[in-house]
Amino acid sequence: MADLRADFVGIKSPNPFWLASAPPTDKAYNVRRAFEAGWGGVVWKTLGLDPHIVNVNGPRYGVVYGADRRVLGINNIELITDRPLQVNLDEIKAVKRDYPDRAVVVSLMVPCDEESWTGIVPLVEATGADGIELNFGCPHGMSERGMGAAVGQVPEYIEMVTRWCKASTRMPVIVKLTPNITDIRYPARAAVKGGADAVSLINTVSSITSVNLDTFSPEPSIDGKGSHGGFCGPAVKPIALNMVAEIARDPECRGIPVSGIGGVTTWRDAAEFMALGCGNVQVCTAAMTYGFRVVGEMTSGLAQWMDDKGHAEVEAFRGRAVPNVTDWQYLNLNYVAKAKIDQEACIKCGRCYAACEDTSHQAISMSADRVFEVKDDECVACNLCVDVCPVEDCITMERMAPGSVDPRTGKVVEDGYANWTTHPNNPGRVAAE
Amino acid sequence: MSQARRAPGIAPARLPEAQLAANFADLHPALNGHEALVASDRCYFCHDAPCITACPTDIDIPMFIRQIQTGQPKAAAKTIFEQNILGGMCARVCPTETLCEEACVRMTAEGEPVAIGRLQRFATDTLMTENGHPFERAPDTGRTVAVVGAGPAGLACAHRLAMKGHKVRVFDTRPKPGGLNEFGIAAYKAPDNFAQAEVDWLLRIGGIEIDLSPGLATGLDLETLAAEFDAVFLGIGLAGVNALGAPGEDLAGVMDAVDWIAKLRQSAPADVAVGRSVVVIGGGMTATDAAIQSARLGASEVSLVYRRGREAMAASDFEVDLAAASGVAVRTDARPLRVVGGVAGAQGVEFERTETGPDGKLTGTGETFVIPADMVLKAIGQTLDAPQGVTVTGGKIEIDAEGRTSRQGVWAGGDCATGGEDLTVTAVAQGRDAAESIHRALAG
Repeated sequence: MADLRADFVGIKSPNPFWLASAPPTDKAYNVRRAFEAGWGGVVWKTLGLDPHIVNVNGPRYGVVYGADRRVLGINNIELITDRPLQVNLDEIKAVKRDYPDRAVVVSLMVPCDEESWTGIVPLVEATGADGIELNFGCPHGMSERGMGAAVGQVPEYIEMVTRWCKASTRMPVIVKLTPNITDIRYPARAAVKGGADAVSLINTVSSITSVNLDTFSPEPSIDGKGSHGGFCGPAVKPIALNMVAEIARDPECRGIPVSGIGGVTTWRDAAEFMALGCGNVQVCTAAMTYGFRVVGEMTSGLAQWMDDKGHAEVEAFRGRAVPNVTDWQYLNLNYVAKAKIDQEACIKCGRCYAACEDTSHQAISMSADRVFEVKDDECVACNLCVDVCPVEDCITMERMAPGSVDPRTGKVVEDGYANWTTHPNNPGRVAAE
Repeated sequence: MSQARRAPGIAPARLPEAQLAANFADLHPALNGHEALVASDRCYFCHDAPCITACPTDIDIPMFIRQIQTGQPKAAAKTIFEQNILGGMCARVCPTETLCEEACVRMTAEGEPVAIGRLQRFATDTLMTENGHPFERAPDTGRTVAVVGAGPAGLACAHRLAMKGHKVRVFDTRPKPGGLNEFGIAAYKAPDNFAQAEVDWLLRIGGIEIDLSPGLATGLDLETLAAEFDAVFLGIGLAGVNALGAPGEDLAGVMDAVDWIAKLRQSAPADVAVGRSVVVIGGGMTATDAAIQSARLGASEVSLVYRRGREAMAASDFEVDLAAASGVAVRTDARPLRVVGGVAGAQGVEFERTETGPDGKLTGTGETFVIPADMVLKAIGQTLDAPQGVTVTGGKIEIDAEGRTSRQGVWAGGDCATGGEDLTVTAVAQGRDAAESIHRALAG
């Protein structure tokens, strides 16, 4: 049986599934239930200074649905904790005492001055918590007050606050990053410079989920008005994976530990984040959609996959995908593939044909009796047919063997690797040796 | 078993009112909004979708399902009605399991098609419940068309012609319009007087006059109609019924299934008399409908007997399964020799077991048996009462692809005409296409 234990910057947890700082980790009641359900750790919902903030008294969440009202993404306009600081601190202390084997990290967000940060950090340390996470991410509400994403969007502030916090505690400091920037490496590098032990990402994406076409108010609507919220859930996973990968392969980030966040819904999502280098993952929307019990699928699924693949522990596969993330210019242009349709598996819906014929390369033929076949002399292997086919593995991309002739280009498929940097069409090509 | 249920002979009210009401309630209750969304999410929006090809009226099924899925069932209804003005009835009576749903790619994928028929009903019900009629009549053309038969073919033809601005007069010999929708199909497929509601809704296009003239039955004078109108459409159905040609056929208790069903459709279930033991002879939809309704009225034993094998039955698998589930004993490979009985009426039917040879030839085996019956329903096919002046082929009025008969200025469609199966949806398609052809002819 695979060993799921995780050690993230010295914080140990029985599995790498933590609940992210968010409504599910708002108070002791939820966190205890989460631990009973099997979560490896939590990042306690962000604490702030008293007087505590207030939330709206109308809807806080908006949603994007897929088929069958499956939740693809939720946005929220909930702020940080709306309870007094001491109440949270007392509860954190009690929970950590009762669950010493679980990770309890505390998220923090206070005004951007040294006094505020160095004042609150020792209070958290006194609870026995395992670490702190600096919330530089929330894109809504708090950012209007110069906190959250307003800090996270300025690398100099990130570095400064991180340094303050590191100087005032022995606890590991995790910096949570906002995706609402142009290049995630800059804030990550700032965290590294400030001495952060780790970064966690992504926080939510600024969003308006929908517009009510009767009232013309954005959703969620508060008395006819709406404000941008933070979007999360399966829909943001691709954005998160890319940002995680960008940091993982950035030399200036020097291999800083990463806690992966963003649409982790199944064991597979978690494995993908960890393959891109994350030491653990944080989950929110899946729990908010399905309840705490969902962690049972995540831990058992991950363990099963690890057993099947022979990964005895998470470190055995962590980061294995990082070397395979590269720049476009280094992709092998001698890799030639063609789509192949398994006629036995085909249910004859014709979506591959419509997609290819209308929007791609007219590389699929359709017979009168609905047999769909790839025209190798037109197929550029774009993969759209694979993507739109409702049947898994019905259409696959098959690599052409070196030495064979690509009927589309008439050229022999070359063995070996060649990329854009040396391509004759590249005006800035480097001379081949 | 209650005394009423056991009553000998042919008697009404064999079952309590509540039981009858349940037995004749909607066979496929309408989907609610949630169910419709869940069902519509399963559609793949196929390219050149097989379901459309399988639909005799070529409804753009993926489009209307996508319209439901995106919250516009009324737009979906318009998509349906543009192709099939009786889309509401077809959603109820179409044998979807042999048409659109059989062709659905999810049958291939999972053996469970998208619920196309029920989704169609959801869309059409939504619009019709609001009494919305999605079409407007074009300015009057001054041309007049006679439509003979107010069944699905005639109504579809009349509506399309009226839309084009022609004046239409629809003749029928029955006391109500609707044809088999009103007098033929099983009661539990279109409860709550849906057939009449649909006719009323259809007529809102304007320009259609319904003329119920019982006298027409005695002689359809094509010459007069052709002289009086700019065009004539015949949607007269199959008014005759085949005879059993067996001794005892005229005994009391032996009746034509179509007549008995027509009476049933015009009565409350409790008023419909049914035998304690019923034998239905035939293998088509009329036979299954008659057998199922007999059972649901409370007949103690209902046997459906067909002379050939199961695979040769015209009734769909769904209908045969429904019959079995309703308590009907389905017996195949037996042909009636005679109706047994006397002055008191029928007492049973004697059958001979048959064999179907490799050439399809039916032969008797000499082995016989008697099934007791105080009511015998003949459902062995209907025949055309052909009018003079049009060519008839194989018992049907011969029409071309546009619905034109051999006689200039006369079109035909529906069960009375060649082409396609004898289905409501086929009749609608032929009526519609004939209307387009008539319009082209009148405009030319």
